[in-house]
Amino acid sequence: MISPPPADLPGAAPRPALSINALGRKCPLPIIMLAERIGEVTIGQVVQVLADDPAAKTDVPAWCGLKSHDFVGSAELPDDGGWAFLIRRSY
Amino acid sequence: MAYFDAASAEPMSPAAREALLAALDDGWADPVRLHREGRRASLQLDQAREQVAGLLRCRADELAFTSSGTQAVHLAVIGAISARQSASRGPGHVVVSAVEHSSVLNAAAQAELAGTEVTIAGVGADGRADVAGFCDAIGRERTVLACLQSANHEVGTIQPVEEIAAECKGAGVPLFVDAAASVGRAALPAEWSMLAASGHKWGGPPGVGVMVIRKSVRWRPPMPAGNREGRRVPGFPNLPAIMSAAAALEAFEADRDEADIALRLLTGQIRDRLKTEVPDCVVHGDHAHTLPHIVSFSCLYIDGEALVMELDKAGYSVSSGSACATDTQQPSHVLAAMGAITHGNVRVSLPRNTTEESVTNFLAVLPGITSSLRGSTGRAEQAG
Repeated sequence: MISPPPADLPGAAPRPALSINALGRKCPLPIIMLAERIGEVTIGQVVQVLADDPAAKTDVPAWCGLKSHDFVGSAELPDDGGWAFLIRRSY
Repeated sequence: MAYFDAASAEPMSPAAREALLAALDDGWADPVRLHREGRRASLQLDQAREQVAGLLRCRADELAFTSSGTQAVHLAVIGAISARQSASRGPGHVVVSAVEHSSVLNAAAQAELAGTEVTIAGVGADGRADVAGFCDAIGRERTVLACLQSANHEVGTIQPVEEIAAECKGAGVPLFVDAAASVGRAALPAEWSMLAASGHKWGGPPGVGVMVIRKSVRWRPPMPAGNREGRRVPGFPNLPAIMSAAAALEAFEADRDEADIALRLLTGQIRDRLKTEVPDCVVHGDHAHTLPHIVSFSCLYIDGEALVMELDKAGYSVSSGSACATDTQQPSHVLAAMGAITHGNVRVSLPRNTTEESVTNFLAVLPGITSSLRGSTGRAEQAG
């Protein structure tokens, strides 16, 4: 089936200042962890969230839109192991 | 205490119950037999067909009863695709919106396995089909069918069926409309080629679907042909349930305008109070163009299953599109297509008998439940 193209990571992905491991955590835990810890980086820096709950694929970008943080993109982890999401703190 | 899941099943109406009990006494015989009981059953089936066809504004001979709304969708979609593609012309192309009911998406997926090309057309953040993208897809070579629901079953958004129907007409492509969410609740779109609906969504008993195929539409029965329902649907019809569903639709339509005003007032109250009294809550859908009875919202940082269970404990029955609250453990494909938050989701859908008091009481308990669930997941309120 033809679906809208995924928001893949741009060629030169920014280096994350913080990585949050939410692998094995069900939603909403990955979003809770992101919301609680994004304040640990300075404005303009990037947070990486690793998650494998299928809801995270929708909820991470949706949360960024809602909270006006910049969703940089996502990449699939090897062996269907989930995704790495990059979020830039914008305020 | 209140049941707020009318979009899954509207409670059976008194008219439906009365008709069902009467039909159990004299509507059980086989309507294709020539004896007295068979003739009576045949007459009753014809009457029910005329009644429902009149309410749906189609010809009685275009309407077949099925064993569910899902069966109506499957037969209509697969039958239209197979009638319009052949070995000599090769596989066709089908367009479906991304927020169709799973029965439509599943039928399209089955056709895809058999070689049909499928385009899933996107929707906006409000759940409304993107008309330009949908029309582009209709215009592609070898398009044999387009599928667009009348309104969305999860968020209530009314779809731009008139615009898509005009495009389909110009391109000579049949349009299938899944009207299950809106029959008896909103005016039907004027133009369509095929339509499906489901009796338990309008206060009828479970186990009655309706499939309408306009006379001008090429369609081939996808199941082995029997002698029932004009050779369109296999199996012995559930006549008592069909008679009950017909009576229910008549009653549901008769009350529609009055119910529309009352339910919009209540769902409006829910939307307003969610915005002011539940922090970090997103209300989904297009509030200007929506079914009267549905409000879908997502509460950030809350587990949807926990929210449904806490509301159930408090006496309120609602459904959820959050992954943890579904049988597939996948988030709602509707919310995902809208780019909306899928966790902490609740769909409130008010049945016809909803009182203002029950909504007021629901709104009184909801903020406490959401804040205690946020407390129990250790979610501090500071971020964002």
